[in-house]
Amino acid sequence: MTAIMFDFLIAPFSEFAFMQRALVGTIAIALGGGPVGVFLMLRRMSLTGDAMAHAILPGAAFGYLLAGLSLPAMTIGGLIAGVVVAIAAGLVSRLTTLKEDASLAAFYLLSLALGVTIVSLRGSNVDLLHVLFGTVLALDDSTLLLLASISSITLVALAVLYRPLVLECVDPTFLRSVSRTGTPTHLIFLGLVVMNLVGGFHALGTLLAVGMMMLPAAAARFWSEDITIMMLWSIAIGIVSGVGGLLLSFHAELPAGPAIILVAGGLYVLSLVFGREGGLLWLVMPGRHLEA
Amino acid sequence: MSKTTIRFDGLTLGYDRRPAVHHLSGEIASGSLMAVVGPNGAGKSTLLKGIVGTLRPLSGRIDVSLDVRSRIAYLPQAAEIDRSFPISVYDIVAMGLWFRTGLFGGIGAKDRTRIEEALSAVGLIGFERRPISTLSGGQMQRALFARLLIQDAPVILLDEPFTAIDEKTTSDLLALVKRWHHEKRTVVAVLHDLDVVRRVFPETLLIAREPVAWGETKGVLSAENLLKARSMVEAYDPYAEACSRNAA
Repeated sequence: MTAIMFDFLIAPFSEFAFMQRALVGTIAIALGGGPVGVFLMLRRMSLTGDAMAHAILPGAAFGYLLAGLSLPAMTIGGLIAGVVVAIAAGLVSRLTTLKEDASLAAFYLLSLALGVTIVSLRGSNVDLLHVLFGTVLALDDSTLLLLASISSITLVALAVLYRPLVLECVDPTFLRSVSRTGTPTHLIFLGLVVMNLVGGFHALGTLLAVGMMMLPAAAARFWSEDITIMMLWSIAIGIVSGVGGLLLSFHAELPAGPAIILVAGGLYVLSLVFGREGGLLWLVMPGRHLEA
Repeated sequence: MSKTTIRFDGLTLGYDRRPAVHHLSGEIASGSLMAVVGPNGAGKSTLLKGIVGTLRPLSGRIDVSLDVRSRIAYLPQAAEIDRSFPISVYDIVAMGLWFRTGLFGGIGAKDRTRIEEALSAVGLIGFERRPISTLSGGQMQRALFARLLIQDAPVILLDEPFTAIDEKTTSDLLALVKRWHHEKRTVVAVLHDLDVVRRVFPETLLIAREPVAWGETKGVLSAENLLKARSMVEAYDPYAEACSRNAA
């Protein structure tokens, strides 16, 4: 029995270096993306995250156009595009009557079309697939270092900005009355989102990067009523999705990126049904009421 | 003569060049217990935002003594708080320590004692670990008053603190307001219940975009003044011209 378990769960990682690398990469993504996703969700910016993930594409594609499948070129291109779109969407919604969600939708459709067009200018369909869905099974040393750095920077920055970030969500008027850190905090947070999306982009591609951010966070919402514990849940769910998705892809010979997101999606549905905090099951069977 | 803490000089506050508070001059003396009264849209909340400093004057000035500027405790209207946010009562109250802790400062044993005292003063012992989403409107307001206690500020601004709050909670929280007054803190509260104003607040500013009357509560809340305030129209003239009464 243990032998079967070992063959199924451990052997793929102990025998194949590419699986080990994929594992390290997804854990790094889960560590950074998990907490960032929780804050995105609590700030009601889930769709912003989605739009920004798409916005990265033309930047990365432009880097690709200049330098081929080069890590630094595509990373820098993606970061620039992400920041530009985040700021542009903020400005458009502030200066015009268009709401932020509408301007984000406009930006992201434009970005997606532009990005695909740019990649097609030079590359093959294989390259296009690489950009859209990532290559989690082919992470080289420098990409792993990039992912690890991004998650380290993210965790340190969140620790430093934790108080204003929470306050800006729950009681922004109060924060403004005691401190001027609100706006810089918001901007740095947007920067973290872009960074994590660019990291996720290398492993999972532009279309799925946001999945490792939002699905674990949304699932975590059903397991805790406390933001710190919710972030731990989000990280744990992200890691389990990574491991589970890689195993699923290994045994069932599925593409790895979509398998990871499928597992994350499955965990979200499970949480939605069975979650202790507001899961559907507890709505249907609330149990007998308490004394007080 | 008491020391002046807050002075207005031809103050106009508003949004998008349109005034919400028009040409206000006067001063709130240190240790005052003052009510701000007026119809909806009269600029009461706007005035508080101006004092806190989150809204810049369109013209005129607000002078707040330096030692007070960074130490104003402000209770916004209830609607501005995200009640669904996953955070405990204890943490909401502990936010009041911001002036002392800032970004990184730790919360020590002394602070914990103060938080417990504040929770007990508002009658929320036993609620520490409860998420704020499970509180009733009155309990939430009690928690926010505990946060004000923790802030320990010389100036306290309350924006409609008793709206949609039951009588018991209102009288409990009014007791805290009176305590602050005894401790010589300056308290400014936006209120709608004129009985409460007459009973507790010695000084009143009646405002309807422009100040209607300001001074001793009894005189300010005369039938004549109230009628005058009520006749204020929530006017919005799309072709309004630049105001010519600019304070020099």
